[in-house]
Amino acid sequence: MKLQEYRSKEILARHGVPLLAGETATSPEDARAAAERIGGPVVVKAQVLVGGRGKAGGVKLAATPDEAAEKARDIIGLDIKGTTVKTVLIAPAADIAHEYYLGLILDRAAKAITVIASAEGGVEIEETAKTNPEAILRLPLHPLLGLQDHEARRIGFFLGIPAELRKDFGKVMRGLYDAFASSDADLAEINPLVVTDDGQLLALDAKIVLDDSALPRHPDLEAMRDLNEEESSEIAAREAGISFIKLDGTIGCMVNGAGLAMTTMDLVKLAGGEPANFLDIGGGAKADKVTAAFRIILDDPNVKAILINIFGGITRGDEVARGIVEARANLEREVPMVVRIVGTNSDEAKPILAEANLITADSLDDAAAKAVAAAGGAGA
Amino acid sequence: MSILVNADTRLLVQGITGREGEFHSTAMLEYGTNIVAGVTPGKGGQSALDGRASVYDTVAEAVEQTGANASCIFVPAAFAPDAMLEASAARIPLVICITEGIPALDMLRVYHVLRAAGTRLIGPNCPGLTTVGEAKVGIIPGDIHARGSVGLVSRSGTLTYEVVQAMTDAGMGQTTCVGIGGDPVIGTSFIDVLDLFNQDPETEAIVMIGEIGGEEEEKAAAFCAREVRKPMAAFIAGRTAPPGRRMGHAGAIISSGGEGTAESKRAALEAAGIRVADSPSHIPQLLRDAGVR
Repeated sequence: MKLQEYRSKEILARHGVPLLAGETATSPEDARAAAERIGGPVVVKAQVLVGGRGKAGGVKLAATPDEAAEKARDIIGLDIKGTTVKTVLIAPAADIAHEYYLGLILDRAAKAITVIASAEGGVEIEETAKTNPEAILRLPLHPLLGLQDHEARRIGFFLGIPAELRKDFGKVMRGLYDAFASSDADLAEINPLVVTDDGQLLALDAKIVLDDSALPRHPDLEAMRDLNEEESSEIAAREAGISFIKLDGTIGCMVNGAGLAMTTMDLVKLAGGEPANFLDIGGGAKADKVTAAFRIILDDPNVKAILINIFGGITRGDEVARGIVEARANLEREVPMVVRIVGTNSDEAKPILAEANLITADSLDDAAAKAVAAAGGAGA
Repeated sequence: MSILVNADTRLLVQGITGREGEFHSTAMLEYGTNIVAGVTPGKGGQSALDGRASVYDTVAEAVEQTGANASCIFVPAAFAPDAMLEASAARIPLVICITEGIPALDMLRVYHVLRAAGTRLIGPNCPGLTTVGEAKVGIIPGDIHARGSVGLVSRSGTLTYEVVQAMTDAGMGQTTCVGIGGDPVIGTSFIDVLDLFNQDPETEAIVMIGEIGGEEEEKAAAFCAREVRKPMAAFIAGRTAPPGRRMGHAGAIISSGGEGTAESKRAALEAAGIRVADSPSHIPQLLRDAGVR
């Protein structure tokens, strides 16, 4: 789960990372009031989870409270890569003498929390990795002991942190690590970390991505979820315990298992169609879950056909077939359905599906082709 | 021969009295797996699976009493890291963790402790493994297999069943099928299993099923180019997956920088001379093309 900048900063501040927190606002009037309280020039920053907000006009400097209100009016309601801005962060402006990049990632290859640091801050680290890879330090931290002082010192020397700020940098590094470890993050980055003209070390922008698997033990962080940035169908799916991602195609997919669900999407594409979603219904696939899955898929008006692909192992094919027939009876919208059930009790499933006039298929390739045809053919 | 488990495996099940543990242990017994004990803290002295397995309070006690040499873990995510550490502390050499949803930072600690102790971990978030006709550990349906000479390794669950079924239907049997798991931090990598298959005299060909996310398939491709001379075929799921989104499995994510795509993995495998299928159903033919009878 991605956190907004102001949430990420809240967490970093709690762990002693120096920053200029600012205030959030959802209207020009609130923005003006916030700028008055802060005093002096401020930055008005769109709070969206997609990257590239600066280029999209989502970050603006304002010298006065009136100007802050004006910039907030420009930014609130702005569409940035499909997300409408609802909230802005009003933060004190800083005079920047130097910018650094400092991040921590869960490094699946090194099996460690790895520090990524670069003296070229303010640009995306992926960009630096392409243009100037030797400007980046990748340092896997001790997997059992966590950040050690010698590791923090090494990073500070690599970045060329001014001598008088080395102690402060140690605090930033420690705070970032503690924030990462205590919130079960996948990623925590400060970009840029700056030295100001008056010699302060400050986190100007921050991003934290949390490990979804650990959210059950962090109800306070779960409460930071920004529902404004999620598809309503994805919210409904999460509540139903279904793994779902909305896409742009016309063929809805309902599958048990994540790998098979991706494969089903791939085969729809191979057959000349476009998948409308990723959906892993999980084990069991009883009528209530199938019903919820149908609702979520059909919530998308682009869906012209549904492909159901169930590999019965633990799941019994005839039970799934009954669940599909039962759930379909209660649907508000009818679209053609292609059902492929294999594995345990798949022979018993066949008459149930035939009686309900559902299109059936034996192989996954055949099912994908039939679904594409049912949705109006390739390219439709 | 085969790899990892066989008729001599003496299996312990942690969480044997839970709903999942009991259901799948029964299926394992029916397949012929030698389950020697179960562990559920607080239920020591009871029996499970209609009297066919004794339950112990601790793994150490179960090992002492039964000589268990492998453990399969079905306990919930909040307790699974502790269960893996307990199995390792009791010197069980092979631990298979089925549990999904374990926090990654917990897995980092468990990974390094088990590695230092010399415990081999398979999973977590995996379907387990089957050595056909000898032992099935985990949740893979037993009846999809046929004994033969192809080894299979996969990051997925039901997709693995799909491929195994396609192979069995085509008259192409398997030695061992291993699901290594869909999490970002897993105990046993593609390379570990490929190495075992490469050294197993009975395994004559290898199938590898990967998916988007991480770079393990690319590393495995380099390993195969260097070490493996047996015929191979592969499939990579997720060509249509959008970047930056987790596709069900915690580890199945293309980074926003564009790393971990299906194309990158496919290219790496093909560069290593491995045939990559467009559909799981093409795998038996690709193996035949590679010279497998």
